[in-house]
Amino acid sequence: MDFAFMQEAFLRLIGGIPLTLNLAFTSIAFGAVFAMLLALMRMSNIKLLDWPAQAYVFVFRGTPLLVQIFLIYYGLGQFRPTLDALGLWGFFREPYWCAVLALTMNTAAYGSEIIRGGLQAVPHHQVEAARACGMSGFLLFRRIIFPIAVRQALPAYGSEIILMVKATSLASVITMMEVTGLAAKMISQTFRAVEVFIVAGAIYLVLNFIITRIIMAIEWWLSPHLRRPPAIEPRLEAAHV
Amino acid sequence: MQHLSYFELVGFGPNGWGWALLTATGMTIAVASCGFLAGSIVGTFVAWGKIGGNAPVRWLADGYTTVLRGIPDLLVIYLFYFGGSAALGAIGSLFGAEGFIGVPAFATGAMAIGIVSGAYQAEVFRGAFQVVSRGELEAARSVGMHRWLMFRRIIAPQVLRYAIPGLGNTWQLVLKESALISVTGLVELLRQSQVAAGSTRRPFDFYITAAILYLVITWVSTYLFQRAETYSLRGMRRAS
Amino acid sequence: MSNGVSSLSSQTVPAVSITNLRKNFGSLEVLKGVSLKANEGDVISILGASGSGKSTMLRCINMLEVPDGGDVTIGGETIKLKAGRKGMVPADQRQVDRIRSRVAMVFQSFNLWSHMTILENVIEAPVHVQKRPKAECIAEAEELLAKVGIADKRNQYPSHLSGGQQQRAAIARALAMRPDVMLFDEPTSALDPELVGEVLRVMRSLAEEGRTMLVVTHEMGFARDVSNRVVFLHKGVVEEEGPPAEVFGAPKSERFKQFISSHR
Repeated sequence: MDFAFMQEAFLRLIGGIPLTLNLAFTSIAFGAVFAMLLALMRMSNIKLLDWPAQAYVFVFRGTPLLVQIFLIYYGLGQFRPTLDALGLWGFFREPYWCAVLALTMNTAAYGSEIIRGGLQAVPHHQVEAARACGMSGFLLFRRIIFPIAVRQALPAYGSEIILMVKATSLASVITMMEVTGLAAKMISQTFRAVEVFIVAGAIYLVLNFIITRIIMAIEWWLSPHLRRPPAIEPRLEAAHV
Repeated sequence: MQHLSYFELVGFGPNGWGWALLTATGMTIAVASCGFLAGSIVGTFVAWGKIGGNAPVRWLADGYTTVLRGIPDLLVIYLFYFGGSAALGAIGSLFGAEGFIGVPAFATGAMAIGIVSGAYQAEVFRGAFQVVSRGELEAARSVGMHRWLMFRRIIAPQVLRYAIPGLGNTWQLVLKESALISVTGLVELLRQSQVAAGSTRRPFDFYITAAILYLVITWVSTYLFQRAETYSLRGMRRAS
Repeated sequence: MSNGVSSLSSQTVPAVSITNLRKNFGSLEVLKGVSLKANEGDVISILGASGSGKSTMLRCINMLEVPDGGDVTIGGETIKLKAGRKGMVPADQRQVDRIRSRVAMVFQSFNLWSHMTILENVIEAPVHVQKRPKAECIAEAEELLAKVGIADKRNQYPSHLSGGQQQRAAIARALAMRPDVMLFDEPTSALDPELVGEVLRVMRSLAEEGRTMLVVTHEMGFARDVSNRVVFLHKGVVEEEGPPAEVFGAPKSERFKQFISSHR
């Protein structure tokens, strides 16, 4: 084991961390909004909304992410004149945006199932109590259903975030130089796969460890109702109302 | 070159890529299946280590699943492909060979998939084992079954039964993961689509075809796993 | 009275009036034409065996169950219904929401919102449904929590409280909406016997304040001593009705006699 080389590898690979995190969080943010929309479509009881959402989830969960990335980045090139005319070519020419789009659409499919599970797990009697107070529609959703569903869905969504951090590695196949991209380049230059692998793997493990901790902290912060009551009243003003 | 319609392009005619795509689909299924089986073997041992091992073994097994589930699969594939080549090259140079020796892509791919999916399958097996009733294990012990017999006759059949849904999910993962093997040059479905897309300049047509073929495999295997689940649950009391 | 605000003066308008209420669940007829009037300040105990339709009747008053026939009129305003794909549905959700914010309900299983503290539970509807100033709601909530005897639990979560404390918090939540009518759906049935008393004491003090209350209950003591009218439901119809002294003293219905003798 050549520690001087591993140090060099480490210094090179950490340069890819910003792009890795950028790809992950951009697509998770867009994906979560889209996922919410899909989940609501699936739960709308309207066939015209439910059916396309169901098909979408089936297609994006049933095909490899790499195929989706290729389809968007290389495949849409086949329609360049059309995309040019629509002014979209600038978007689809950029590997960054293609990667973000593919990752977003992919995580939306998985995320919508997680959100749907969380929404379905909201106890009926909690909703009924809100209805009895005169809540309905968006107010009911915003104040009661959504906050409870988020708490139910958070652990599973945390796993999805970790999966997304791992999935950003596929962007390296379309020239994005995030951590895996830099690692692959370094391996092909030096043929020292094991050392580079250890360094790159360690970087991902640390990233995922930190993210897991953050999610656990959010879970902890959101679930005082599942913990033991404080022995002494710590403060007298109402908590985050 | 005249412009071919989509169906001529992916069909089985003189200019069609149909046979090539079907063969490649077979290769995808083959490499995924071998990787999945390898993963089952790895997963069984890792699960065994997690359940019955002493502290260091448990620690190793937990470390294995944590690491393999925390790093990108693509990195593992690079490790096996380039690392394997480097190792072969080192051995080769002892015998006077020179330069880069490529390892067989199929073996690399199956091994990488096996190592990764082993981590997932270990968790599936462990979860399924926890469902097996302690009482049945005690009953087995009480009639004088020793460990191997108990594993073979009591534990394995039940764990497999409870593990089927989890294994189905892992198989879907493996199937999609097999597309990553294309980076090593193995001509499976995605690689074949890349080749065809490059030579015909019709990337969309081929990638969408690949997507459809993946969906078909997913759909058929979902059906088969559901059948297996129904079959395995015969004679079990219904939950509802 | 079919719809709209009655022209009668407020003194003679009943707080709650239901006429000829009918409700089916599939082929099961749960309410077969029930009528009931509650004037302001009335405390009505609704008795009946399980399956008699008493909870369903209560839940029809605030449209948690939508009746298949008949009218529900709250403070002179009849809730408008229309035929939907699967039976009747409210014609105007805003009307239902407005009426619900004047008719508070206390549930058998408390139904406090698990992700909110007790204080947050109490101020939720006043702030977000009635859009009253938050500071005012907090001050009022604190008074109400003190009144039901759990002021010290304000910043705790429902899961940290005993059943009796949760139910008292739920009563405070209902009171915070300054309701015209309070509905109680078996408020003590889910409680351990030793916790029933504390909830009944709170309910008794509300009755003494002159609040309009409709209480579905199995507590004969409450029905006899606190309420000014008792309604006995059997198989979806009102079988016996009157002041407690009358109906308990000289029950007319044979079934009510059996019911009393099995519930002492």
